[in-house]
Amino acid sequence: MSSLLDVSDLHVTYSGSAGDVPAVRGVNLSLDPGDTLGVAGESGSGKSTVALALLRLLPASAKVTGRIMLEGEDVLRMKWGRLRAVRWVGASVVFQGAMHSLNPVKRIGDQIAEPLLVHALVKPDRADARAAELLEQVGLPASRLRDYPHQLSGGQRQRVMIAMALACEPRLIIADEATTALDVMIQAQILTLLERLVDETGIGMLMISHDLSVLAATCDRVAVMYAGRIVEQGPAKEVVHEPAHPYASALSAAFPKIGDPASRLAPRGLPGDPPDPSDPPSGCVFRPRCAVAETVCATVDPPLWPVRPDRYGNSDRHAACVHVGPGEGSGDGSDRSVPHQSSSTEETSR
Amino acid sequence: MSTSEHRNPRPRAHRTEPAPDGPPPVPEVSARALARRRRREALARFAREYARNRAGLVGLASLLTIGLLALTAPLFVDQAHLTITGAPGESYQPPSWEYPLGTDNFGRSVLDLVVWGARVSLTVGLLATFVSVTLGTLIGVTAGHFGSSGGVGGRIVSAVLMRITDWFLVLPTLVLAVALAAVLPRGIGTIIIAIGLTVWPPTARLVRAQTLAVEARPYVERARALGGGHAHVMGWHVLPNVMPVVLAQTTLLVATSIIAESTLAFLGMGDPTTISWGGILEAARTAGAISAGIWWYMIPPGLAIAVVALSFTLCGRAVESVINPRLRGQS
Repeated sequence: MSSLLDVSDLHVTYSGSAGDVPAVRGVNLSLDPGDTLGVAGESGSGKSTVALALLRLLPASAKVTGRIMLEGEDVLRMKWGRLRAVRWVGASVVFQGAMHSLNPVKRIGDQIAEPLLVHALVKPDRADARAAELLEQVGLPASRLRDYPHQLSGGQRQRVMIAMALACEPRLIIADEATTALDVMIQAQILTLLERLVDETGIGMLMISHDLSVLAATCDRVAVMYAGRIVEQGPAKEVVHEPAHPYASALSAAFPKIGDPASRLAPRGLPGDPPDPSDPPSGCVFRPRCAVAETVCATVDPPLWPVRPDRYGNSDRHAACVHVGPGEGSGDGSDRSVPHQSSSTEETSR
Repeated sequence: MSTSEHRNPRPRAHRTEPAPDGPPPVPEVSARALARRRRREALARFAREYARNRAGLVGLASLLTIGLLALTAPLFVDQAHLTITGAPGESYQPPSWEYPLGTDNFGRSVLDLVVWGARVSLTVGLLATFVSVTLGTLIGVTAGHFGSSGGVGGRIVSAVLMRITDWFLVLPTLVLAVALAAVLPRGIGTIIIAIGLTVWPPTARLVRAQTLAVEARPYVERARALGGGHAHVMGWHVLPNVMPVVLAQTTLLVATSIIAESTLAFLGMGDPTTISWGGILEAARTAGAISAGIWWYMIPPGLAIAVVALSFTLCGRAVESVINPRLRGQS
């Protein structure tokens, strides 16, 4: 299997004065070149921790176990020098706060060239020319090279961050809330830009956002995280529009749909707070907030089951809910989880 | 399964034109000129802000005058007249037209001595400041950087460095400087090193605090994410952001260094063959000028020390108030 990124059984535990806090509990992800994978979830669900763990950028207090295969190499077992070489060349990051991710006392041209010079990919006298190319690739005139970050607008700065992420021609870009702080117009432009770059260069992109509509628009596949685990994973449109897991459906329903008056009149938030990661509830962690919870949910912590599997039991969609799992095909109370028995006909009709 | 109507329409609206959200491109030729003009404007802004501080202007003016006098001293001071054997006048002549500040016990003009002494005092003061600021900045940045992002080993390095700093901080500066000056061979170099090695701890603490603040910024995390090592983060990101504080600290430290130099010379730790303000004071004391009431021998070098120290302090405060907007309007 030659996927670009293959994360299996990733656990991240922060150890603090209050004891160990598991932030990520067994996450599996895989991404092929030219694909975009979205990771959604509310604050504290562990999505940013996953992103930072991929390049081992977490603080020393975080204990990371599992396997992160980046182009066949285990990131967690790399030596420090190799890790530094892989950073940005193998995978680069577009950070969430473009406002603060640029050094205010350095010209943006120098900052775009920074990874090139750190990795000695170009000679110093060629760095400016390459930075100009990159800047034009993200739709900014090369004359802005000599500007300082404060002379640029928020959208322009985010473009500079993307140019910087592209500098070393990485095979994977991790966009950690790359458009979150921007207004919707700029957000749309940046998303279009990212989509275009993925199409043109065939790189893989891991996009992290709390905004499911952004992920639905840009990603091929989406993984929904809750309390450090993936609760649903599958093709973006299906996960967003007919989620199988009650949390995914609550997240999806939280966004009003344009042209659908019913969604405006019936706002569907999710009551309660995410669980305390240091003291998760028994069984399914989503149970206390779940509208369709049953008694069995208090004891069973469901793994990811295939949703609507074909006759071999395979599916490109998985969800961690007893309503989806085999033998629990009652579908009681959950209008979105399709009964197991009829799945074969569904598959053939598509 | 009609998904298109649910699909977020926002990105579609702009797919046709990835419009750059900036002004139209500026021709390449003018870019450099533009940058130069901006730099000039920034400098002018700094000068304007500085000029608003009246005390800073006074300090700057007096520093420029003293600096000019010290630099041009060989033009109007005959070096032969500064030796004991070549002294032009009688001993202890009171101020007159010929000797505006009188003469010393050997008959040398005190004015000439004070003007000449400025050369050594300023040189030693500036070089000692350079040594101590360099040392303090290196130690401060290293301690701050490894303390915040170096893991367990880094925190140990940081803790050790800061304990060393604390040790130097609690040690009486003068005693340490005297001990160093006594152990090392005599000369200006020794004085510079003795002062430089003793006055750096406050700078190190200051720079460390500033480094910790800079290290918490997201662009430092970004720099590490793109594969930058410790040297890259410290030299490329932290240092330029720490420099303003270092600059203000430098101007303030010059005053301290000059006073330290005078003190060492007054205590007889200086080089007896060179003329410095502290050295003149020491010579006056050993010659018994105080008990003899020869005020013109004692007061001019003492005043010179006070004026230079005050001027540097005034300049330092003015620079600090320009750099740190929170101090503006105070002082």
